[in-house]
Amino acid sequence: MAGKTQKDAAEALAGVLFDGMTIMAGGFGLCGIPENLIAAIRETGVKNLTVVSNNCGIDGFGLGVLLESGQIKKMISSYVGENKLFEKLYLSGELELEFNPQGTLAERIRAGGAGIPAFFTKTGVGTLVAEGKETREFDGELYVMERGLTADLAIVKAHTGDAEGNLVYRKTARNFNPMMATAGKVTIAEIEHLVPIGSLDKDNIHTPGIYVDRIFQGASFEKRIERVTTRPREEKASA
Amino acid sequence: MAWTRDEMAARAASELRDGFYVNLGIGIPTLVANYIPAGMHVTLQSENGMLGMGPFPYEGEEDADLINAGKQTITELDSSSYFSSADSFAMIRGGRIALSILGGMQVSEKGDLANWMVPGKVVKGMGGAMDLVAGVKRVVVVMDHVEKSGAPKLLKACTLPLTGAGVVDLLITDLGVFEINRGKSPLKLTALASGVTLDEIKAKTEAEFEVGL
Repeated sequence: MAGKTQKDAAEALAGVLFDGMTIMAGGFGLCGIPENLIAAIRETGVKNLTVVSNNCGIDGFGLGVLLESGQIKKMISSYVGENKLFEKLYLSGELELEFNPQGTLAERIRAGGAGIPAFFTKTGVGTLVAEGKETREFDGELYVMERGLTADLAIVKAHTGDAEGNLVYRKTARNFNPMMATAGKVTIAEIEHLVPIGSLDKDNIHTPGIYVDRIFQGASFEKRIERVTTRPREEKASA
Repeated sequence: MAWTRDEMAARAASELRDGFYVNLGIGIPTLVANYIPAGMHVTLQSENGMLGMGPFPYEGEEDADLINAGKQTITELDSSSYFSSADSFAMIRGGRIALSILGGMQVSEKGDLANWMVPGKVVKGMGGAMDLVAGVKRVVVVMDHVEKSGAPKLLKACTLPLTGAGVVDLLITDLGVFEINRGKSPLKLTALASGVTLDEIKAKTEAEFEVGL
């Protein structure tokens, strides 16, 4: 059996990209995004992409670079307010956009990965989000039907992983990555630290390797912070 | 004299109770964390996947893997936990969060909230707001009473696309406090900001309301 471990992002993407495909990309804002894979996808020039991701990066970083290169045809997201180019492309009709409430987006991906084609949620009832969708009453409350979501490719980012594809995320960089890992026909994980098999705590693996087809340690991680926010250090008590 | 942003946040903090799990939105709601009464145990949820949000880090101690839903760097507490976005919204939709405090563009007397979109103008998205107002037990909106233009924001019916229909329990503005009770009972003014008269608030409100000061 061929191993899952790849040399770098370009090798990991070999043979899986095609024009018009749907790609899920993990991350919340710039936190926990597969930045090496995004850069490598830009290099390939693959186009007419539908990208499922909570946000669309910022101008010049994250998924924002695929907007600049004109490779994205449609975004499925919950919030894109950090990106001026996004707004410009959308308002001029060059970019399609489907807004999903964040929890509905997370659950659609979870359901898709779990083989569940649709579910009912209270979120969005009586709003634009429910227009054209089936609604049904359960126990006296109205719910809207949402579809499970899968993708041709899921690209996720974890902190640590092994050659089996077992993944461990770190702090709030987990976000959408675990569900997306389950919902890709092909799933590629980029990690900060590739560790020998047997060194991960088997009781604390967040994504079991069955979901991961290819894995590589990223060449470098910029891990840019969107909003550095700090507090002043307490004044030293005066003597 | 209307209430300042901090006075509105302090009024919102009076909705907190010991043991509550709470989600605070961006803007004035974030300031509510500064007014948690001493000795009260409140756990802050961040919908990107964390319970037990700590304060902002000291300069030089920021961690790119540790942010809140407003994408600001934060810190963890000894009691914190991390989880996926699906788990985060399961606890929101599942009714485990006691209180959501969030901003608004428009609120109606029926308890409708609009806070995510101005058609043809602002393209940002709803983020987690629709899930929060649909799933959290008590929803408190904090917003200015009128637009910069002076146009009222507490309306008979919202003109902007809704975030949720019949979802607002309490509205705190810079002029006063209104009980809305998700539109199940008539809209009621329950407090006036210091120096604000009933006539002033009536003139700046389109919605009909009862007075229960």
